[in-house]
This record gives sequence, C-alpha cells and structure tokens, in this order.
Amino acid sequence: MNDMVEMIMTLLIIIAKSIAILVPLLLAVAYLTYAERKVIGFMQSRIGPNRVGPFGLFQPFADGLKLIFKEIIVPSKSNRYLFIIAPVLAMGPAIAVWAVIPFDEGLVLANINVGLLYVLMMTSLGIYGIIIAGWASNSKYAFLGALRSAAQIVSYEIAMGFALVGVLMAAQSMNLTEIVQKQNGGFWHWYWLPLLPLFLVYWISAVAETNRAPFDVAEGESEIVAGFHVEYAGIAFAIFFLAEYANMILVSTIAALLFLGGWLSPFQGMPILESAFTWVPGIVWLLLKISFFLFLLLWIRATFPRFRYDQIMRLGWKVFIPITLIWIVVLGIAIQAKIEPWFG
Amino acid sequence: MKTKTTTTTTTTTETKIKSVTLLQKLKQIAQSFILWELLIGLKVTGRHFFARKVTIQYPEEKTPASVRFRGIHALRRYPNGEERCIACKLCEVVCPALAITIEAEPRKDGSRRTTLYEIDLFKCIYCGFCEESCPVDAIVETSIADYHFEKRGENILTKEKLLAIGDKYEKEIAAARTIDAKYR
Repeated sequence: MNDMVEMIMTLLIIIAKSIAILVPLLLAVAYLTYAERKVIGFMQSRIGPNRVGPFGLFQPFADGLKLIFKEIIVPSKSNRYLFIIAPVLAMGPAIAVWAVIPFDEGLVLANINVGLLYVLMMTSLGIYGIIIAGWASNSKYAFLGALRSAAQIVSYEIAMGFALVGVLMAAQSMNLTEIVQKQNGGFWHWYWLPLLPLFLVYWISAVAETNRAPFDVAEGESEIVAGFHVEYAGIAFAIFFLAEYANMILVSTIAALLFLGGWLSPFQGMPILESAFTWVPGIVWLLLKISFFLFLLLWIRATFPRFRYDQIMRLGWKVFIPITLIWIVVLGIAIQAKIEPWFG
Repeated sequence: MKTKTTTTTTTTTETKIKSVTLLQKLKQIAQSFILWELLIGLKVTGRHFFARKVTIQYPEEKTPASVRFRGIHALRRYPNGEERCIACKLCEVVCPALAITIEAEPRKDGSRRTTLYEIDLFKCIYCGFCEESCPVDAIVETSIADYHFEKRGENILTKEKLLAIGDKYEKEIAAARTIDAKYR
C-alpha cells in the first residue's frame, strides 16, 4: 500500500514537472511565431502584426483559435490512419527532447548520462512525422516535399553528429549538465572558441535540420506549394507548425548549452563585472542565449534566399563533413596537449 | 642571346599571373570560410531592422490622393436645394461602358428633370467621361475609394443614392472642383 502511494506520488511529481516545462515551452512557441512576424516585418521596413491587443501581442492566440475552429480535411485517397498520426509523430519527439535539457544547475527533468545521444535520437525521430505525412497525403507535392526534407535532414544529421562528437570529446561526457559545468570560467572558457568551426557547422546544420530558410526546400512554396503539409488543415497543420517552432527553440537551446556555456554567466573571472552580475539567476543567462540564437534564426530567414537542392547537398556532404572530420583530429591533438583553459 | 631574354621575361610574367590568381583563390577561400558575404547580407537586413517603417495603417492613415481621383459617383444640387441634372443624357451617350440609364419627363413646374438615373457600378469603368460631358456639373466622381456591396442589386446606384452621396459629401466635392477649376 505504501509502495503504491509512493509510486503515485513520484508519478504526479513527474507529471507536474513535465507540465512546468511544457506550458512555458508552448507559450514560447506561440510568441516565437509572433516574434518571427515582427522581426521579419521590421527587417522588411514593415511593422508586423499590431491589431490584436497592444502591439498585436494576442496575435498568436487569435491565430491558434482560428486554426482550432477550422475543419480538418482528410483527403479521400489518403491513408487515413497515417495521415492523422503523422502530426503526432512530428510533435512527440519535439516535445520529448525537453526531458533532458537542463535549465539551471540541477533544474532538469531527467539528468541522464546519455543526454546528448538522447537529443540526437529524438531530433532524428522527428523526420518520421514528415515522411509519413508526405506519404499518407497521397499527393505529389507532399510526397516530393517529404523526400526532399528526408534527404536533407539525413545529410545534415551526419555533420551535426560530428559537431556534437567534438563537444563530447572536449567535455569527456554526454551528460548535458556536465558539459555545461566543464565550460565553467567565463566567456573565453566556453566551447564556442576552441570548437569554432564545429560551432558554425552545428549552427548551419541546425538551421537545415529544422527545415528553415535558407534550407527550406522541403516547403519551397514556389515549386511544391508547401511541401509535406500541403494537405493538412486546421489543428493538424497547427501541430506541424508547433513542432517546427519547438524544434527551432530546441536547436537554439542545444547551441546555447553546448557552445555558449548554458546557464553560466559570461562575466565569470572578470574583476568588476562578475560581482556586479552575481544576482542574475542562471536561467536568465540561458534564456538570453537562447533568445540570441532564435533572433539569429529569424534574421537568417529574413536575409538569405533559398538554396538550390544540389547546393544544399554539396554543402552538407562536401564541405561540412570534411570540416568536422578535420577539426575532430585537431581537437584530439589539442586535448592530448592539454591546451589551457579548455582542456587543462 | 636576345631570344633567351625574351623567353625569361615571358616566364616571369606568367608566374606572376599564376601567383596572383593563386592569391586571389586563397582570398576567395578564406572569405567563403569566414562567411564574409553572408555577414554583408546580414548587415543589410540588420540596418533595415532599425530603419523607419514605411507601413501606412490604412483605415486610420491614408496616402494623399489627387483631387482628380475618380471614385464612387454622386449627383450634386444647387445651393438652393434644386438638383442640377437637367436630363440632357450626354453622360448616358458618352459612357463607353453603357453603365448609365436615364429616363426623363417634364416636371409639374415645366422644368426638365430625370425620373430615373441609374449607374451600374459593375459596368462602370470609372473613366470620368460622364463628369467631363456634364454641362451643369451634376454628375461627378468623388474621391471616395472604399465602398462595398452586401447584397445583389446594391451595385445599381439609383438617383436617390446618388443624390444622398452628393448631399453628404458636397463640401469635399465642391472643394476639389475649386482646386482643379483652372485646369478644366
């Protein structure tokens, strides 16, 4: 009986923790769509949404309500079961990854030792939602979009994986909390500097992984309408949309954790600034770093034209993979030589 | 001896060209690896992020319009309240889209007035010929550009509607005509 109560208690605590992660995440997703429209609007000398609420701040909820009340149309020649399950398969992994993400020292749902592998696995699983959506729609555009994005994600997964291998070589750990702790010591101790090429490769691959501009051939509206989600309407489409934006936040968070020292203050070891900023909690630093990367994603989208398909493949296979391989060797030498301050 | 010197000079120039191209190539590679061109592109959008926004928030703000703008039609009245239109039917004749229908009868006081004056806005091409042809400045095109129909049949502007528009916007119509008078 006592065991039973204890089990239920642990379960409830886990559920409460999950909700504590999910609700802010979904809110962040909602406001990321707003931020995207505002930032891109500003960069095009427009002002973006400003009608719903003050400064258009309720716009995401208006959009959400609209999508909820729209009819979900299931094409008559589609595979109904797969068609419905595809958005769930896209959304599930995008949310599940957050279990291992540490937001501060000890502020993590599951502090597992294979955190990095788990992240890599879950981000790769997201592609199933896209492939199944493209297949189940039974439409040529959806199918082509799914093929494109599958090929793209698989190619960039390799370069991204190698970039992450560099991080785990440097940190000697796959536990995300430990990786952050290893970067302790201020701005110049973070891994972005010794792993600069891997950092760049990771970031560009991350943009490609999330199928964002300039790597958005999977949606390529000028060629294949909207890619894998052409046939989706209403809330089913909204779930794909949420998954994409949750993934954007995820890759930004991973970049902040692995290369920019997560929740660590950038002023550690700097005489006056360190004491001046000790009152700032770690999670604020992490959120600032995530916001920086998210802004960069929007900025990139507002700036660059879409890559041609063969250019994407060339960049992934012929440029990124060799760069990462070379830098892993360089990194190995640096670690053996115990170069201070990163590998001492 | 002479030939030998010429050959050596040509070879040196050739190596010079080669070394220049190699240098350029190295520079090109270095530039592409530090993402130089991409940073320049980001700078452009970054500058626009802080630039003045050009949006005109339409229902509250409007772009300036010419006094000659040709919007929805109106029939005007004289200051004493008498309608201007004398049913000469010049506008009906000149209308290239055949959008105007006029029927007329002498009124009880003997003056000639319209009994029916209709403009089909679906046919109208807003050329302004009706206004130009009118000898008494009765039919005019106002500068109202935003109007809509909700029911079938509302596209036909009847005489009552035209006069109502004219009564409502007489001040604006008269002001626009005065400004433009010296060019007509």
